[in-house]
Amino acid sequence: MDNLYRDFILEHYRAPHNKGYLDPHDLHFADSNPTCGDEMSMTIQLDESKGRIADVAFDGRGCAISQASASILTDELRGKSLEEIKAMDPKELLDELGVPIGPARLKCALLSYKVLQGAVRGSEVAWPKEAEAVAGA
Amino acid sequence: MAVQQAITKARRGIPGGFSGSALRADFPVFERQTRTGKRLVYLDAAASSPKPRVVIDTMSDAYAHHYANVHRGIYELSEDATARFEAARRKLAGFINAPTERECVFVRNATEAINLVAYSWGRTNVGTGDRVITTQLEHHANIVPWQQLCAEVGATLEYVAITDDGRLNADDLAAKLEPRDGRSPRLLAIAHVSNALGTINDVAEITRLGHEAGALVLVDAAQSAPHMPVDVQAFDCDFLALSGHKMLGPSGIGALWARRELLEEMPPFMTGGSMIIRVTLDGAEWNEVPYKFEAGTPAIVEAIGLGAAIDYLTEIGMDRVREHEKFLFEHAWTALSEISGVRLLGPAESELHAGVISILLDGVHPHDVATIFDHEGVAVRAGHHCAMPVMLRYDIPATTRASFYVYNDLDDVEALTSAVRTAQQIFGTGN
Repeated sequence: MDNLYRDFILEHYRAPHNKGYLDPHDLHFADSNPTCGDEMSMTIQLDESKGRIADVAFDGRGCAISQASASILTDELRGKSLEEIKAMDPKELLDELGVPIGPARLKCALLSYKVLQGAVRGSEVAWPKEAEAVAGA
Repeated sequence: MAVQQAITKARRGIPGGFSGSALRADFPVFERQTRTGKRLVYLDAAASSPKPRVVIDTMSDAYAHHYANVHRGIYELSEDATARFEAARRKLAGFINAPTERECVFVRNATEAINLVAYSWGRTNVGTGDRVITTQLEHHANIVPWQQLCAEVGATLEYVAITDDGRLNADDLAAKLEPRDGRSPRLLAIAHVSNALGTINDVAEITRLGHEAGALVLVDAAQSAPHMPVDVQAFDCDFLALSGHKMLGPSGIGALWARRELLEEMPPFMTGGSMIIRVTLDGAEWNEVPYKFEAGTPAIVEAIGLGAAIDYLTEIGMDRVREHEKFLFEHAWTALSEISGVRLLGPAESELHAGVISILLDGVHPHDVATIFDHEGVAVRAGHHCAMPVMLRYDIPATTRASFYVYNDLDDVEALTSAVRTAQQIFGTGN
């Protein structure tokens, strides 16, 4: 069990980075995990060119995996162009979490990725194929 | 089978009890170890139950030696299959004390049973300005079909409120049942047992109130039929829905019971083969009940399997099943209540609470709880339990739910409390 709930996951869960709501913001998007109904939102401020992320925050309650994943993901976004974000591979986020995530928890781990993609594309995106394991109830 | 031995091994002082751990010998799934090498502690009967060997063997034998289509063939094998299929219907009728098996319609599950009523009875008896009443306790299966019906015909759906400890608010029920503009509510649709909180509703009394107010009453027995005596004549209800897979039977089979005169009046839900007497190019004449509601080849072997599950439960005795789960509930409730940082939902009184416990751990999300439990070999459900209005009522996203059945015992209660402590240790919460 210590495999999944490693200290750094728990640290991100207890003190998540970039948690909150940016006002004003250029982009805002919210989505939910159908397995548990947990909602997550993201607010993004763009730089002057409107092509790169200047600041980002996420909000919403959720499990340790979803909160740590959002915390880790949002840490890396500042300075990235919208094109770079759209091209992000969800596998990289799973790799960065670095813990074994079973099929029942993949949506928890990838909710932040889905919300981010929805924000930069302006509309909801499908779950990445990596998360296709468990349907809602 | 281990049933008789399990009853002999009943704990002293437990009226009508039996040994759940002795019964596990009848369930092949308990031969498996979990991926972490632990004994499987299955606490998710409220979602679906494991199957005793006798159900699996009966179905296998039916497919191997007694299978043909039913109600059709003029040959021995088809007559054999039909006899077994119809015997299962009689077993079901006996199990819920239906006056006749002709009032028992085989469907896929309780969800389909409720949809059948909403589409067939609902679309002909609920109209613009009418009211349908359900409660905040319900599973989505007893909410969404009524939302759809009401939206379609211009009726209103109202929800009876629940108290902080998860009971129906009796004053609100009385208020909702009052006539409005001189019109009685058309239907009261209510769960016998809440799948999310475990609350047991007094359906006989609630049905009396519903009838007094001029409404028909539908009882969702998906969570009660597997765990306690269900008697449609004692309840005096009008419709009752149940699922086979939650009561040791196979998936894909369930039942709707309804009063014969209602079934006679109701139009078919689905149409096609089997449910007709005569078809011409201009139209069709419906078959008699219950066949009018069983279009197409039914789930023959699943029905036979459900019959075997009913035999198994009847051998234990439903009063005994209820006593057993009450005993486990009381121990689990007491043990969990003693752990700081644990919050339990639903009524504390075991008389009002089935063997379902919704647990909240301070500082640990139910998903994380369930993953840690899984590592300990303890299978529970984490989520909204298809009862999102219940979650909204308590302003929580989800709970961790443990639910007991015949094969559970005090060792499982111990595994549950120990898994709670492990989760608290990992997250550094509790004491």
